[in-house]
Amino acid sequence: MNIMAQVGDISDSHGEKAVARRTVYVYQAPVRVWHWLNALCMVTLFVTGYLIASPPESVTGEAYDHFQMGYIRFAHFAAGQSMAALFLLRIYWAFVGNAHASQIFYVPVWRAAFWRGVLHEIRWYAFLEKYPKQYVGHNPLAHLMMFGVFTLGTLFMIVTGFALYSEGAGRESWQYKIFGWVFSLFPNSQDVHTLHHLGMWALVTFTFLHIYAAVREDIMSRQSMISSMISGERQFRDEEA
Amino acid sequence: MAVAETFYEVIRRQGITRRSFTKFCSLTAASMGLGATGAAKVAQALETKPRVPVIWMHGLECTCCSESFIRSAHPLVKDVVLSMISLDYDDTIMAAAGFQADAILKETREKYKGQYILAVEGNPPLNEGGMFCIDGGRPFVEKLKEMAADASAVIAWGACASWGCVQAAKPNPTQATPIDKVITDKPIIKVPGCPPIAEVMTGVVTFITTFGRLPELDRQGRPQMFYSQRIHDKCYRRPHFDAGQFVEQWDDENARQGRCLYKMGCKGPTTYNACSTVRWNNGVSFPIQSGHGCIGCSEDGFWDKGPFYKRLSNIHPFGIEANADKVGMAVVGAVGVGVAAHAAITAVTRVTVKHDDKAPPKA
Repeated sequence: MNIMAQVGDISDSHGEKAVARRTVYVYQAPVRVWHWLNALCMVTLFVTGYLIASPPESVTGEAYDHFQMGYIRFAHFAAGQSMAALFLLRIYWAFVGNAHASQIFYVPVWRAAFWRGVLHEIRWYAFLEKYPKQYVGHNPLAHLMMFGVFTLGTLFMIVTGFALYSEGAGRESWQYKIFGWVFSLFPNSQDVHTLHHLGMWALVTFTFLHIYAAVREDIMSRQSMISSMISGERQFRDEEA
Repeated sequence: MAVAETFYEVIRRQGITRRSFTKFCSLTAASMGLGATGAAKVAQALETKPRVPVIWMHGLECTCCSESFIRSAHPLVKDVVLSMISLDYDDTIMAAAGFQADAILKETREKYKGQYILAVEGNPPLNEGGMFCIDGGRPFVEKLKEMAADASAVIAWGACASWGCVQAAKPNPTQATPIDKVITDKPIIKVPGCPPIAEVMTGVVTFITTFGRLPELDRQGRPQMFYSQRIHDKCYRRPHFDAGQFVEQWDDENARQGRCLYKMGCKGPTTYNACSTVRWNNGVSFPIQSGHGCIGCSEDGFWDKGPFYKRLSNIHPFGIEANADKVGMAVVGAVGVGVAAHAAITAVTRVTVKHDDKAPPKA
């Protein structure tokens, strides 16, 4: 653990002593850049995806004057393919980055300590624990959520998304060659549309919980959350330290 | 039963001119996308090859495939196809009946073992030992398996034989089963649709008789040449979709203007068929051209993917009227309420219990 040098007897102009706090560098620059670009892609995909299924009120006039659905779908496809490319870079970074970079890609189900940690976090969220525990990376429950809903969910959306894209791109397209197997599982692509749509709502739900948990733990858990994803550093607020 | 006669001999015997024959060859070659030399190949095959015996069986079905087939558009197609595939057995349109008809099945099996094509319209219901479809005094499924055993290839006509169709709709009381689940050791070509387009049916037959093999099939066993694009990809109303101009209600101005039926539940974007290019009844029209959305009748399970008039399909485990949006919004709403409540309790706890960013006391 790369604990930075503690701040000593530094005083500000009012003579008030600065509090010594431990800081750990957790989120490397590529992870942070990925996080925010991915967030932007997701929001774009939510909005345009919803509009593709339920288009806005019809435009009037001649068809050749408008390209509304065309632009909405373009934004969706552009954001989706960006997200997929970023996801690939993120997987690459899981191998070459620091230990925390690979955390969202696996769950240590074989470790009893992990499950005890999950239980502790559930009790913490159910107001049954008085004190939160501190973790350098994700806490075990967040870790489980990240992998189970975000990572698998994103993978599912990328796979079904490219499969649906291949319907327009055609049978000769690389999208169909790589992702066409989805239609062996679901011969009627209407089913794939429905599942892709449900996947969107799962990720919308995830986003809400993710933001809530980040804000709440930033306040409650004696450690930084939101600023960590900007600076990369996690600060632990332990007054006794 | 004509044995050595070629298609061409049969055609000429029926009074069809050479000119009409070559016209048919070029049209068929064009519809199959065979290129400049295709017409000559078709003509040569029809002139030299003996007719392929075809057994056309009917299981649990409504005969709409036969109805479509006999309406094949080009005037010659009807004549040619009924002649060119030595249609040895089809209980709907054949003259023979009863024991006489059954005798033909036996004769074909013995005489053309491994050479005849089995065309199946409808499917076998498997429940109660197949008793829901009795043909010639015994379950249809037995007859089907028997005839399939000695066939060279099997054509699955329509949604029934390919996917199960309405008789297989939930809860499928007769256990109607698509034929590829029953016949597993023969090449099967699926020609789905309810019914399939006449020209698609005759096109498939012509291809098989011309080249002596099945056309290239896609992942779902359908011929690529007719089922590799969606209705949506070639729909003449597609520009209205891209522009964002939709029929919002059946009687609105957009409907009169012939705009996109996407919001009215058109299944064109998820349906693979040739309706928007080949069209129906000699190219007169197709559902969307007539102002009604596509119901996706050539797709697997279309009968259970309702409603026909809404974009989003119902999701039955969540209630009869639920769709992805309703389920999703309910979940997000519930989570939102949960989060708000949780945040409120957190705030109250933080105010009432002294916290001060303290670590747990060391034991």
